[in-house]
Formats: sequence, structure tokens, C-alpha cells
Amino acid sequence: MFILKILIRNAFRHKLRTSLTILGITVAILAFGLLRTFINAWYGGVEASSATRLVTRSSISLIFHLPLSYKDKIRQIDGVKTVSWGNWFGGVYIDEKNFFANFAVDAKTYLELYPEYILSPEEEKDFLRDRKGFVAGQKLARRFGWKIGDLVTLRGTIYPGNWDFVLRGIYQGRDETIDETQFFFHWDYLNEMLKKRNSTFADTVGWYMVGITRPERAIEVALAIDKTFKNSLAETLTETEKAFQLSFIAMSETILMAIEIVSFVVILIIIAVVANTMSMTYRERIGEYAIFKTLGYRNWRIAGMIFGESLVITIIGSLIGILLTFPVAKIVGKMLSNYFPVFNVADEAISMSFAASIVIGFLAAIVPTYRAIQIRIADGLRRIG
Amino acid sequence: MPPIVEIINVSKSYRRGNQMIPVLIDINLDIEEGEFLALMGPSGSGKSTLLNLIAALDHVDSGTIRVGGVDITALSENELAQWRAVNVGFIFQFYNLIPVLTAFENVELPLLLTGLSRKEREEHVAMALRIVNLEERMDHYPAQLSGGEQQRVAIARAIVTDPAILVADEPTGDLDRIAAREILDLMDRLNRESHKTIIMVTHDPKAAERARIIRHLDKGFLNNVYSQNPH
Ligand SMILES: Nc1ncnc2c1ncn2[C@@H]1O[C@H](COP(=O)(O)OP(=O)(O)O)[C@@H](O)[C@H]1O
Ligand SMILES: [Mg+2]
Repeated sequence: MFILKILIRNAFRHKLRTSLTILGITVAILAFGLLRTFINAWYGGVEASSATRLVTRSSISLIFHLPLSYKDKIRQIDGVKTVSWGNWFGGVYIDEKNFFANFAVDAKTYLELYPEYILSPEEEKDFLRDRKGFVAGQKLARRFGWKIGDLVTLRGTIYPGNWDFVLRGIYQGRDETIDETQFFFHWDYLNEMLKKRNSTFADTVGWYMVGITRPERAIEVALAIDKTFKNSLAETLTETEKAFQLSFIAMSETILMAIEIVSFVVILIIIAVVANTMSMTYRERIGEYAIFKTLGYRNWRIAGMIFGESLVITIIGSLIGILLTFPVAKIVGKMLSNYFPVFNVADEAISMSFAASIVIGFLAAIVPTYRAIQIRIADGLRRIG
Repeated sequence: MPPIVEIINVSKSYRRGNQMIPVLIDINLDIEEGEFLALMGPSGSGKSTLLNLIAALDHVDSGTIRVGGVDITALSENELAQWRAVNVGFIFQFYNLIPVLTAFENVELPLLLTGLSRKEREEHVAMALRIVNLEERMDHYPAQLSGGEQQRVAIARAIVTDPAILVADEPTGDLDRIAAREILDLMDRLNRESHKTIIMVTHDPKAAERARIIRHLDKGFLNNVYSQNPH
């Protein structure tokens, strides 16, 4: 009780200095929380990926397609439950700025394979019945004000021309890690049109999505699929959905690494700032620590006062920082919503921020505490006056 | 009865650069229980050093100091902390109060190391503040008190645990004449009425007059001349 009283009073003895230090911690923790959230958002697709799904694509590159005929061969492989497929469509809605992911999928199997996209039974039925139908995530629908039955035209970039679609369903994510900005429509519709145009893309697919019976068999099944198409015209590369998502991220790995490093550098800097505050404090209080020792206070109590004061300052600063992280992340998330469909402050970011604040408070107090314990009473008392 | 403080062949030097400066040289001194002793001497003669050794704030280089029969030169740092809390009350020139604590809280500080309940502590603090006649100022912070009042709070803090010995290093050095007299009166009373053994460092002859015995330190030696004040 008493110790709490004295360390809070001590912490606010220099109101301006303490306020500035707290402000510094607040900003640092806010920056840290946002950077962590940013990194999480980047990995968002990976976290949401399922362990029971594999992705099969051309072993050369994603831009090379695979024959549609592979679907039956894949289906026959032991351990495979469902096979779906899709093509990246790359359509533009009115303006390039309105970017969102859109692709053609084999609708029935796709919905089976992705139960995390929640669609009402009526909407699902309407979508499956309408050749030109499409489904949008609720965030995307809200962004453009689309309602069920609306006609939406995309301008093809890979597949030239204007393509008309009718909104038949709006899905919700099962939880907040699920991307709600996707746009998918019938692969059959795309393929029909391509056939009409005698396109070389007809009857080819960008990638297969393979549902397997048990996650433990992922590697075994993936190897079996790739072995099946070895030495064929289009060799395949099969990996778990997670690995597939990670391969996209791998391209930006260095940037992520840099951001990660920056987030920790921010913490290092603030440790230096708080340590500086604490050593100024220490220098002013040498005499007082000597008085406490004179009265019979042992070193652990003195250490408690210094650590406590340091922790009071850092915890106040980081609590404010953490509280600010939520609204600020919301604003940043809105601004970046085209790039990061999911930009939520993860529990992990919060616990890391909090852990960081404890570490800051602790590290900053070590040197002053060490010195306060080392100094001999007689020397400390001589500094008074 | 044996003396309450026995200083036997004590020497102490400080390092200055790579040179050792002797401050106390082979000091021998006995102080009887209930004594009021003034240590005088020019500045830098080692008065504070000797007082700090008696009060276990510093370590001897050689020699022995026994206080109340305990050889304090043989105790560990933690044992000394505990020993000080029980046996010695401290009064300094600059009062040495904790600025963020009220008068009451400053006086309570030594009691927080004891097993006393909150209520008992309050009673003790009130009693100590009553002795120094500052009861009505107990909620004031040091900055809100005059020098003399701050020194009285410091005295209350020194006596609140009822130690046998009070050490005072220039207790009136920073006070005007009237305040100084009040403090000396108070110490006098503590010596006569409460039988505290008081060891006071001073270079003010007026202050030393109030002690019963005056010893002089000069260049690290304790003079054999010592005056005994008639009372
Ligand atoms: N901690 C210390 N380090 C170095 N020298 C010291 C220290 N303490 C005291 N001295 C020196 O010891 C001598 C005696 O000091 P002190 O006991 O404070 O004298 P007094 O109290 O009689 O004025 C002085 O020369 C002082 O500079
Ligand atoms: Mg001195």
C-alpha cells in the first residue's frame, strides 16, 4: 500500500518529464501495435487457410494453366475427397482503383470446400441455378452498395470484353479472419465463352483446390498428385493451402522482415528513453535512497521502488497506447481495405505490446537500481545539501 | 555498566585518486549510556566519518566498534540495516525528509519495517509528533514547513522507534538562532527525560555547550583534552 503510494507520487514528481515519457511510450506502443497488426494482416490469408485443403498448380508458374482433364485423375487418388478448380479472372469494376479479387470457380465443389464462406441456402440455390450469377463477400457488397439481383459488369483484362454478372449471394465469413471481399462466379460460364471464342484458355484451369480426408495425409496426397502428372505435358506442384498462401508472401518476405525489425527497434528506442528518464530520476534521488537505507530499508525495497516507478510509467503509457491501437487500426484498416481485406488488431499484437511494456519498464530500471544498491550510504548522504 | 559505545583502535581512510587519505587514526572512545556528547573539530577533521561509523553507516578499515555489547564491525550489510532500524535514530543537518511524503508519513517510515499494525503505527507517530510539538502539522509536506519544523519532524522520525542512541550531524547547522535553540532544547529533553544517549557532531560552540561532554577531533586524532560542561 505504502510502496504503491510512494512510487506513484515519485513517478509524478516531475509532471512534465513524466508526461513526455508517457507520451513517448504511448506513441511507441501504438506504432508497435500497428506494425504487428500490419504483419498479421499480411499473413491473414495463411491463418485462415485450412489444413485439409491442397492447392495444385502448374509446376512452372501460376500463369501457366492445367488441363481440365486432371480433375478426374486427381479425384481418383487415395485420400482425396473433393476436387474444385478456379481461374483468376482479373476483371476491373468501372475503374482500376476499385481493385478486388475476382475469379471463376466450379461453384458446387467450391462451396463444399469452403464452408467458412457462409451463404444462406436460398442464395446458394439461386447462385447455383444462375449461370451468370456471382457471389460477393459482404464487405465488398457493402463497399459498392450491391444488392441481390444487381447487374455488375466487369471489364476483362486477361479475358477481353465486358462481362455481365448478377449478384445472387452475399457471403459472410465464419469468423473475423475470413476475407469478406471476394468475388466469385461460375467457371462454366467463363469456359463456355472461351470455347465460343476458340480461346486457347478453354478447358484449362488456373489451379485445383483439393479437399483431403485427413490433414495428416497432406504431404502424402500432394506427392501422389504430383507423381501422377510427372513427365506429362503440364507437370504439377501441389502444396497445402497454407504453403500456397505463404509462397505469395515469400515474395515480400524481406519487406515483412524489415517491418518486424522496425517494430522491435521502436521498442529499443523507447527503452533508451525510459532508461534515460529513470537515470535522471536516480541521480536526483541518490540522497533519498541513502536516507531509506539509513533508516534500515533493505536493497530489495529500494529496488522495488525504482522498478515500481519505472513500471508505473511504462504501464500507463502502454495502456493508453494499446487503447489507441484499436481506433487507429480501424482507421488505417479502412484506408488499406483494398489491400488488406482483414485488418484486425490481433490478441497477439495486444499481448506482445503489453509484454513489451513490461520489458521496457524492467530494462529501464536495471541500471538505476544496480547503482542505487551499489552506492554506500555515507557517499549517498554526502550528496545532500 | 559497560559503556554503550566502545570504539577500539579504529582507523579509517578514504581513497582519493590513487592516494589513501587517512581520516581517522587509531581512535579510542567510550560513551556511557545516557550520555550527551558533542564531537567538535574543524571542517574535514573526520567528525561525520566517526559518527557514521558509530551509527553503522560506514565500515571501519581496522579496529572494533561495539554498541550495546554488539560488535557492529562483524555484522553483514543486511544485519546492519536491521540493527540500525532498531538501535539508532538519525538527525542530519539538512533534515533529510522525503519530499513526497507528509510529516506524518515521514515519521511513519521507520515503523513500516516493524510488525506494528496500522493503528499502532498511527499511535506511535502521533506520540512522536506530540513530543516535538508538531501534531497539527502532520499533513504538511516538508516544503510547506520551516527549517526548524522540518528538523523537528526529523527528530520525531528519529525517536519514533524508541532507539537507545540518537546520532546528530550538525543538527543546527542550517537553522537560525531561535530555531537552533528549540532543537537543542528538544535534544536536551530527550537526553534528560527519555535517557537517550546522544552523540552530536557540531562546530558551533553554542550547540556544543548543551552537551555534557565535548570531545575534539583534529586531523584524525581525538584530543585527550575533553571538557565537561557543568549542568
Ligand atoms: N566518501 C568519501 N570519499 C572520499 N573522501 C571522503 C569521503 N568521506 C569523507 N571524505 C574525506 O574525509 C575527510 C573527513 O570528512 P568528514 O568526516 O566529512 O569531515 P567533517 O565532518 O569533520 O567535516 C575530508 O577530507 C573528506 O573530504
Ligand atoms: Mg561533517
